[in-house]
Amino acid sequence: MTVAVANAADAVAIRSAPGAIAERFARLRADGRAALVCYATAGHPDPDRSVALLRGLEAAGADVIELGVPFSEPLADGPVIQHSSSVALGHGVDLAGALAILERAALRVPVVLFTYLNPLLAAGPDVLARAAASGVSGVLVTDLPVGADPQREAWIGDGPLDFVRLVAPTTPVARMGLIARHGRGFVYLISRLGVTGEQNELAASLPDTIARLRSVTALPICVGFGISRPEQAAAVARLADGVVVGSAIVRAADTSVDDALALTRALRAAIDAAARPAA
Amino acid sequence: MTVFDSATATDRFGAFGGRYVPETLIPALDELEAAFDAAMRSPAYRAELDDLLRTYVGRPTPLSAAPRLSALVGAPVWLKREDLNHTGAHKVNNTVGQVLLARRMGKRRIIAETGAGQHGVATATVCARFGLPCVVYMGAADMERQALNVWRMRLLGAEVVPVHAGTRTLKDATSEAIRDWVTNVESSHYIIGSVVGPAPYPRVVRELQAVIGREARAQLLERAGRLPHTVVACVGGGSNAMGVFAGFVDDADVELVGVEAAGEGIDTPRHAASLARGTPGVLHGALSYLLQDPRGQVIDAHSISAGLDYPGVGPEHAYLRDSGRARYVPVTDAAALRGFTLLSRLEGIIPALETSHAIAWVADQAGTWPSDAPVLICVSGRGDKDVSQVSALGALPDVGPLPPYPESGE
Ligand SMILES: Cc1ncc(COP(=O)(O)O)c(C=O)c1O
Repeated sequence: MTVAVANAADAVAIRSAPGAIAERFARLRADGRAALVCYATAGHPDPDRSVALLRGLEAAGADVIELGVPFSEPLADGPVIQHSSSVALGHGVDLAGALAILERAALRVPVVLFTYLNPLLAAGPDVLARAAASGVSGVLVTDLPVGADPQREAWIGDGPLDFVRLVAPTTPVARMGLIARHGRGFVYLISRLGVTGEQNELAASLPDTIARLRSVTALPICVGFGISRPEQAAAVARLADGVVVGSAIVRAADTSVDDALALTRALRAAIDAAARPAA
Repeated sequence: MTVFDSATATDRFGAFGGRYVPETLIPALDELEAAFDAAMRSPAYRAELDDLLRTYVGRPTPLSAAPRLSALVGAPVWLKREDLNHTGAHKVNNTVGQVLLARRMGKRRIIAETGAGQHGVATATVCARFGLPCVVYMGAADMERQALNVWRMRLLGAEVVPVHAGTRTLKDATSEAIRDWVTNVESSHYIIGSVVGPAPYPRVVRELQAVIGREARAQLLERAGRLPHTVVACVGGGSNAMGVFAGFVDDADVELVGVEAAGEGIDTPRHAASLARGTPGVLHGALSYLLQDPRGQVIDAHSISAGLDYPGVGPEHAYLRDSGRARYVPVTDAAALRGFTLLSRLEGIIPALETSHAIAWVADQAGTWPSDAPVLICVSGRGDKDVSQVSALGALPDVGPLPPYPESGE
């Protein structure tokens, strides 16, 4: 941990502490609230505004921040995040730069790195420890599904970060169980077929998929991909433990950081107003 | 965390290969693997495939002697004529086999990516044959240099989608095809065009291209009475090379040589030699040699040939390289143009620019083989698609005096 902590009370639930994510969700559950998980691409729109955006997202009510590591081949991403990734790379920001930005932002909410495998591999075996030292609590690897590479999955899973795993709408329920057993922090449920991006309608099958996933895991379930508007976020907040919003925030940040933060405040308000089932 | 209750099949070649893809695709890859393994065991599938290859594609392709090239090289050179396939390249061997798989899986929409356009044309062709809608992703830069093939695909009824991201070449087209597949995985089959991508694709494509090597082996044994000394093929993703190598990989004495595109030179930043200059990394679902910077960002590839202009390579080639079973050599753009001209002048065969790399390497080795050592070259495709691109470059290279036809015979 390289960044000084503001006060002792905050130190309990801060960055890079193993379990920071679990603690955050435990607190939300006790409060009967769903989490707002905000995605931002490190280095987008530029390094300084990226720092401002991350701090602003925290102040606007993000419970968890997903920090996108810019990569040249983001094949799980739609046009908005692809574009932000190439803008960030144009500013020279990739994994090391993302960690430097995070250190500057000095966030108190848990941060999950959203990355592809190749930049992690290239960074070497100690990258997970370096990320933890920079304030990262968890890592999500979009192209490392469960069982794909047991050796490298063990490297990540046994490391200092919570290994957040993804479940897709195509995942059979038996495999959902397998994924959940190998994940930590929360389970990231992809709401629909496809890559990241905004969507007008939520998938009709979403409640069913969430119910199936609930039946196999006690981990918090966060739903992402395609959620962009406050009313969608509210609908998801009634079903799941967290709502992930990415492309909509990135697109707004393309115009201005203030626009992205206004959207974030609206998402926060909608999620908090949504009635939650009893814990 | 180290033990998996039911790890999915990883299907690796040594350390290489794997399935580094979004979770959404895992069930589709499982389904493809099961369908492929069942098809390989199915006499009905094999009979339908063989019939199409014979009566639609035009197989077996001939093995041609190359008398004047042989005189130049000082050893008997044999050409496996994949350029004589319907649509003009080896790519169709794979698309015929995969479209039959798609039908077996009940997938009625086909996605493909293409660089040179040959794989796109081959896919559009089989989709027309079976009445299936077909979407082909192609880098915008490749669409310019391969305008003829874009037109052919559209004539065949395919939708060609330009990709403007990244380098606007094959790498970006492949990423975009994968994005489409993630979105439409329940209705669509992705016909990948080379021995790349997540498992089981490298194995599927190799098996479908292995017909090249099987035929060539039997033909050469019949014609020359012996196995080749050396088998040579160009390597983009590596499918024509894996196809021809497959016929000889168990013959330990047969040397296997893959020719990579060295572009403006492997000591410049502008080349596509992932085996000569790459390092292991993950791209498009597989771990293999990759052109990347020290931070794991993929480096733009460059080759005069759109079909070789790719920063990765099939994982089985990575394995053959590291195990020493095959070796890989780089050939520059300039040398490839020489190969293009040489085969045209010497044998009356205009080769694809991809193939021209293999021709150039063999010509450069003149005098190094024993005079009775057969050298087998896979002529992966014909050069019609490249004629306008090459003519726009201006004068052809001077190839010097060429040997006469050996009138007196051997
Ligand atoms: C004629 C020809 N040869 C070779 C290639 C390279 O592909 P591969 O290495 O998979 O054979 C292509 C690709 O478009 C091609 O069109």
